Amino acid sequence: MSWILENYDLLAVALGEHIVLVATALAISLVIAFPLGIWTARRPALYVAAMTATGVLYTIPALALFALLIPFMGLGKAPAITALVLYSLLILVRNIAIGIREVPAELIEAADGMGYGKGQRLLRIELPLALPVIVAGVRITVVTQIAVATVAAYINAGGLGDIIFQGIAQDFGEKIVAGAVLTSLLAIAADESLKHVERRLRAATSERS
Amino acid sequence: MQSDVLAWLADNRQAFETAASRHLTLSATALVAALALALPLALVLVRWNRLAGAVIAAVNVLRTIPSLALLVAFLPLIGTGFLPAVIALTLYGLPAILINAYTALREVDPDVVEAGLGQGMTDRQVMRRIRLPLALPVIFAGIRTAAVQIVSAATLAAFIGGGGLGELITAGMGTLNIAQLMVGGLAVAALAMATELAFAALEWRVQRSTGAAA
Repeated sequence: MSWILENYDLLAVALGEHIVLVATALAISLVIAFPLGIWTARRPALYVAAMTATGVLYTIPALALFALLIPFMGLGKAPAITALVLYSLLILVRNIAIGIREVPAELIEAADGMGYGKGQRLLRIELPLALPVIVAGVRITVVTQIAVATVAAYINAGGLGDIIFQGIAQDFGEKIVAGAVLTSLLAIAADESLKHVERRLRAATSERS
Repeated sequence: MQSDVLAWLADNRQAFETAASRHLTLSATALVAALALALPLALVLVRWNRLAGAVIAAVNVLRTIPSLALLVAFLPLIGTGFLPAVIALTLYGLPAILINAYTALREVDPDVVEAGLGQGMTDRQVMRRIRLPLALPVIFAGIRTAAVQIVSAATLAAFIGGGGLGELITAGMGTLNIAQLMVGGLAVAALAMATELAFAALEWRVQRSTGAAA
């Protein structure tokens, strides 16, 4: 335990880097996924095409995707964030599209009957009702991104993976375990807190409808 | 770049084949071990409700742990090499199989189970003739997820001396050999995709055969 106690500042910096990496990637992912999800929600052929393309990306193992990005983007944070964004698209686009599609038809008709335009209907009816499903997608995405960001330390993106790789290189068990445990705790904490948000949103949405 | 990749492959065929076969052995061993643990455990949990809640909660936590963290977590205890990699990959694949199998077996229509019991079937017969066949498609979906996860995470075994295609990537990084890096990346991506497609085909066949029977 002595190394951890003496170097908690090092761990805190790595944890901060990890969170910034994931938060940046998540923000970019959402900016891309929302238009794609909204656009494909009621267009089955486009939806299938989007799921196939993003599904192929999702299947590529993290280390392989980094290896394939190196010739084009080199090392560092840029290829790391690119990979994190590419992994997020399948789940985010799918959940945004499904969330919108599952809004009951009579609510859509009611909105149209009240003279809502398409944009108004989207903002006031469809997206609020889709929110629990969208947050469920965000939860899976964040957990995936935290995991992939750990491997990203291998291409010099920093974060908690750095502690693990340093520990491996120095053959220093305590450092390896500290990195591994902290990464796991971060993933579990993100999962639990977003699960909580998801549950509250579900309760709120079912009360309203 | 394409010619570099092909040239590297032609010059290093032996190394590539060794890495690929190691990757497959590693993944197959872990998948079989995960199945051997998860399926019997699911059968036990379906009957033993009080134990189920705690085990499923624990497995849900296990499912959240990042692959790299899981692979290196036991390094100080069990060291490096093939066996430590297999142990970590088994744990990594276990949740998808166990949770799908447990949920599918439990959620079989109670009316159908009731009908079986009404016909004088024993618990064991209900499990073998009713629950298992009806749950099979969902169980297979879990196996497919686990297989792809294991093949994917096996790339990281290179970091703990477990070998496999990840080693082409780490070696290529070490010597800044872009061709080798690309061969490793492409091979791993292709293998993950092939695993996904092969298991999807298997799942589809199972679905059709049980669909026809029901």
